[in-house]
Amino acid sequence: MERYEVKCAPQQDCDASTKMKCKIPVVLLACGSFNPITNMHLRLFEVARDHLHQTGMYQVIEGIISPVNDNYGKKDLAAAKHRVAMVQLALQTSNWIRVDQWESEQKDWIETVKVLRHHYDELLKSLSKRKEATSSMVGTEIPPEDITTPTLTGVPELKLLCGADVLKTFQTPKLWKDEHIQEIVEKFGLVCVSRVNHDLQQYISESTILSQNQHNIHIVKNPVQSDLSATYIRQALYQGQSVKYLLPDSVISYIKNHHLYLEESK
Amino acid sequence: RNSYGKIEVVLLACGSFNPITNMHLRLFELARDYMNDTGMKFSNYKGIISPVGDAYKKKGLISSCHRITMAEFATQTSTWLEVDAWESLQNEWIETAKVLRYWLRPRPVLVSPSLGRKLEDCQNFSKKKLPSKVPELKLLCGADLMESFRVPNLWKLEDITTIVADYGLVCITRAGNDVEKFIYESDILWKYRSNIHLVNEWITNDISSTKIRQALRRGHSIQYLVPDPVRQYIEKYDLYSSESEDKNANVVLAPLQKITEEAKNNHNTFHLV
Repeated sequence: MERYEVKCAPQQDCDASTKMKCKIPVVLLACGSFNPITNMHLRLFEVARDHLHQTGMYQVIEGIISPVNDNYGKKDLAAAKHRVAMVQLALQTSNWIRVDQWESEQKDWIETVKVLRHHYDELLKSLSKRKEATSSMVGTEIPPEDITTPTLTGVPELKLLCGADVLKTFQTPKLWKDEHIQEIVEKFGLVCVSRVNHDLQQYISESTILSQNQHNIHIVKNPVQSDLSATYIRQALYQGQSVKYLLPDSVISYIKNHHLYLEESK
Repeated sequence: RNSYGKIEVVLLACGSFNPITNMHLRLFELARDYMNDTGMKFSNYKGIISPVGDAYKKKGLISSCHRITMAEFATQTSTWLEVDAWESLQNEWIETAKVLRYWLRPRPVLVSPSLGRKLEDCQNFSKKKLPSKVPELKLLCGADLMESFRVPNLWKLEDITTIVADYGLVCITRAGNDVEKFIYESDILWKYRSNIHLVNEWITNDISSTKIRQALRRGHSIQYLVPDPVRQYIEKYDLYSSESEDKNANVVLAPLQKITEEAKNNHNTFHLV
């Protein structure tokens, strides 16, 4: 965590000259199977970051990929250690996204909102550590109230990054608890990358919770549409077809070396 | 390398590669999978990327030196793709048919007597006729290239005929694309339809060089859309900008220029497909 250089001055002091400093730091968190990770997952992060930067309001300081726990029970789900390792390999060329194993290391599957809570706590912890370090360095320059007042210290926002399909699953009965959806969009926020055949605006308007928190839902248009999915990758692998250039070479080598996705489970 | 009985299939892709993207590279992989699935299982494959010369005069076309370097970076991790600079080293723009001819002189091809003819027949046929191992050379393209056959004065009819009659086309298309109708509507394409292989790309992928350049002009990320060494090279030399996009802005595309002039001189109109 070295990138907390963004310091926010109080809103009223934001004139044109200091505008750069007033951006809200954002951490993007993506939850999912990553079975395996594909270039499409990685693109979601790039596209979301570009969009948030373009609003002029946000500075994306980190991206976190959190592969789901093995007990999620999804068909053909490779072991978490493999899925985490593949994400790690895929992120070798990224200077701002990292993989986090906390979710996959839990005893059982846990709800996305709890993953968000965990990472938000971690974020605050690392921030206060940093603040302590900074304040001990500069001595009396920072008034103590600045450290405790979130608006003045610019507490980063943690947003859930997702594809259009996830927003649609909010409608699936019994898949999500209403209070969890509420907490995600109210307390954290959503960054949702659109896809053809998905009318995100409609998904939002069909849900009271989502409509009421529309300001906290960022819809990002993906300039390069793609139907690529992990399901397709697995299918192609079962059929012995090439998946090169659809996911990083390092991940393809890992899949081969560990004999993953050889046969579809019945 | 050419073990007994193995035929060599060469897939040649011509284009700007300005810059090369993961999409271009996917075309090769899809074509090879298709050929493998349709009877050429035991072939040796070679894919050749032949970037167009600067004399093509396309808007926004940067120096072929950079484009070739990027293509070389992109093919570093491939076991069967290579880049060839011959086309781009020519002083003038040259027709795709001539690039194919440079690679291989035409060999006889069966004009589709029956739709049921299989690729194996083609193999046997060529083996009988040409005992020396002559590779099967095909032009690899996306649906957009085939659709460009329609653009007035862009292609000479004789060149299109050479491509489909003497070599063959492997065309990557999308479900619902009207390439099949396009073939049906063209006499020459219809005649040689057995030499045109349509490969379906089931998973659509909208990466294009135009979109890459646009993203770069806007300061957006192109990571994971092009191979990483290509991205690094572009960033290092800041290859694409509004300025580079204005290159050849008011210049007529070389093929249009050449074919229009030839037509004038010969008092001869070239027929569209």
